[in-house]
Amino acid sequence: MLRREALAKLTGRERYVDDLPLDDFLWGMTVRSPAPRGRIASVRFGKDIDWSRFVVVDHRDIPGPNVVALIEQDQPVLAAESVRHVHEPVLLLAHRSRAAVRSAARAVEVVVAEEPAALDFRAVPAPAQIQYGKDNVLKHLKIEKGDVERALARAPVVVAGTYETGAQEHVYLETQGMIAYLEGGVLVVKGSMQCPYYVLKALQHALGRDETRVRVIQTPTGGGFGGKEEFPSHIALHAALLALKSGRPVKLIYDRGEDMAATTKRHPALVRHRTGLARDGRLLAQDIEVVIDGGAYVTLSPVVLSRAIIHAAGPYACDNVRITGRAMFTNAVPFGAFRGFGAPQSQFAGERHMDVIARTLGVDPVELRRVNLLKDGQTTATGQVIRDGTDRVAVMERALELARYREKGHEHAGFNATHPTMRRGMGLATFYHGAGFTGGGEAALKSRLRVAGRADGGVEVLSANIEMGQGTLTVFTELAANRLGLEPDDVIIAEADTTRVPNSGPTVASRTTMIVGGLVERACDDLRRRVGLDDASRGQAVKDAIRRWHREHPGEPPIGEAAYERPPGIEWDDKTYRGDAYGAFAWAAYVTEVEVDLRTCGARVIDFVAVQEVGKVLNPTLARGQVQGGVVQGIGWALMEECKWQQGAMANNQLTNYLIPTSDDVPPVRVAFVENPYPHGAGGAKGLGELPIDGPAPAVVNAVARATGTDPRAIPVTPERLMELMENAVRG
Amino acid sequence: MTTLTVAFTLNGKPVSLDVAPADRLLDTLRYQLGLTGTKEGCGEGECGACTVYLDGLPVDSCLVPTFQMTGRRVETIESLDARSLAAFERCGATQCGACTPGVVMTAWWIREHPDLLGSHTVRELMAGNLCRCTGYDGIIDAVTEAVGGEGRENRKR
Repeated sequence: MLRREALAKLTGRERYVDDLPLDDFLWGMTVRSPAPRGRIASVRFGKDIDWSRFVVVDHRDIPGPNVVALIEQDQPVLAAESVRHVHEPVLLLAHRSRAAVRSAARAVEVVVAEEPAALDFRAVPAPAQIQYGKDNVLKHLKIEKGDVERALARAPVVVAGTYETGAQEHVYLETQGMIAYLEGGVLVVKGSMQCPYYVLKALQHALGRDETRVRVIQTPTGGGFGGKEEFPSHIALHAALLALKSGRPVKLIYDRGEDMAATTKRHPALVRHRTGLARDGRLLAQDIEVVIDGGAYVTLSPVVLSRAIIHAAGPYACDNVRITGRAMFTNAVPFGAFRGFGAPQSQFAGERHMDVIARTLGVDPVELRRVNLLKDGQTTATGQVIRDGTDRVAVMERALELARYREKGHEHAGFNATHPTMRRGMGLATFYHGAGFTGGGEAALKSRLRVAGRADGGVEVLSANIEMGQGTLTVFTELAANRLGLEPDDVIIAEADTTRVPNSGPTVASRTTMIVGGLVERACDDLRRRVGLDDASRGQAVKDAIRRWHREHPGEPPIGEAAYERPPGIEWDDKTYRGDAYGAFAWAAYVTEVEVDLRTCGARVIDFVAVQEVGKVLNPTLARGQVQGGVVQGIGWALMEECKWQQGAMANNQLTNYLIPTSDDVPPVRVAFVENPYPHGAGGAKGLGELPIDGPAPAVVNAVARATGTDPRAIPVTPERLMELMENAVRG
Repeated sequence: MTTLTVAFTLNGKPVSLDVAPADRLLDTLRYQLGLTGTKEGCGEGECGACTVYLDGLPVDSCLVPTFQMTGRRVETIESLDARSLAAFERCGATQCGACTPGVVMTAWWIREHPDLLGSHTVRELMAGNLCRCTGYDGIIDAVTEAVGGEGRENRKR
């Protein structure tokens, strides 16, 4: 099936939040902290502006607790007495003219009496920099399996390495934005978001409104990648406060500069490995330490850390594993959800480390992975027994074959020996990604979904899971149509409006197809039973029964419901971090060919093969698109996307100097799927959206290492960094 | 505040309106004329989401002052014939859609100037339109098909 809303998007008819008609509204603007830490001494309003013409909101205008509700209630809606990071919101302004409100925002001076800021998450904080607990550690987590110290002491070889990954900006092409207005006594907030119920909860909490007086509606969302998971709550609250104070509709749209400066990014990470090995490369012990920069508020850092450590040991069998994780408080703009959610950081380190091990032992990186890849019956670091029947070595072999890995290796030897300025190399990464919330997370969400029968015999899917480009509308349509034997045109997906749709959970964690899609299927079954049919009834029989119901129960459409049920045999202990971390893992092997120009030190990916097992592929075009998009985002993170920091804030907050890949920077991404249906996923599917960002960075950097004979340990490997590495290699 | 009156041809029809000296064509189109198909991605000429044709040439409308439009010809995504977008649907050329109108505008311009393909690849010609979702393959395949290629690009190596 073709993407449902494709034509609306291709013709420019799709209306995003900033495209919606809105009468007699005000433009909102946020005034932010100039300093990373300190007491707000004063807020000075410029004398050349008639402030009576502006709506001005500060923390005193917040009706409820001054908190953006999330994991920990630590982040204020608007700073009151003090600030913890540059760009922290302090004041809100609104005016009919966008130009006027922008000038006015520049005319407000927030004066901060500065205090010592903690700006390096890798450094032990000085006493004056401690702002969270005793040591600025936001969260500490540990996984233990076997006896690592003993195994390391006995191992014939121990290889250690330290790896670093930089922050990454999402660069969804539609910047963040919200509109808010009052309709009767109900506050309506519409905008670009992944999680309507997160926004609803945050609005209710800080505005002191029950759910009958707040309504959240998601507008078509121009990309999210996690960046619109938790952050939209802030903009929603800001727009709502301005609307409540002014009594007028308010539109608050970030321009690119503000979006890049003030919103979350991927957590920077530092990962240390100490690995004990047999001579043949078998893993005997993995001792891993993962440290991430959380920034100035807790946001989602504990959960990002959790996913980072669970994935840190890689898709390998090892009896002795210890993984410790720390999320550090710093006075940086808070980091947040980004596709992969910690796993790309820890797997960059893990897969880069595999190549470092291979080089140290003098074994082939392919053979090193072959002997260690998990076989059915073996366990992950958390003790989860893998028994899905997927041949992970075969997945790797398929990727090697498609990429002509071995032939290319021989060709490169000749090429590199003779070419005056170019060097080529192949790189491999084997990796995995657990889909859905970790451990007991899905059960705690208690997701619910409804499918309603319409008077014309068609159905409407009511879910809070949204379309942001990844294909929810299309996949839910296909799942409902297939389940009931209907045509796609018989299926409507409801707008994600919290007054209409039940809370089917956030649109995150590669859970929408696999988990929420399963609820679509079961709610269809329930609907079918509700109208008096058995599970085998399909097509016209279903439509007839729904129509009949409508005739017999006027004004009461038949509704099928489904609630999340944990698949059988899944056990997780959050205290010990032991058990089944995820219902299913997707498995992948990515192989890339890289060419480095010795004159510019620029590395260019010239071939990319992505092979993955994601259960059953439901829509090949959408699935391929997810992989290709994720791979290119991963190539960007590996080679060019670099946040430059000043006082814990992004200094290069524009697309002129934060570079993302263009069409001419990347080759075609060749995608292949190995199918192995997952019995508890919708239509046999596993989660797919995040997997493709885990593998590209290590594959690309492994290839750069091979091409140049250097040993990069940190990304991005920009030309500047690679030049340094090559010069150091020459100097010895 | 000073305003200037500009008269130009928009999607084949004459328009006349008052604008501020600093108004960008992008904002005039979106907020004054209601043509919201043209999107703002970066506001500094990097991403191409706001691509329109100015006297037949693709330009970033965020970099064009509206007052300079007097006597000129502007065409937006709203002027394109939607019937010939099948290749874009089939190849998965759009995901979130925020870059898409700009992508389609550039693609159509390439289609109308096939001689460019003698000296440039589709990937080079599309490099002024950033997309964060597709990884570009869906776009490149669709453009290649739309310009009469064999459906898969023939990338120079």
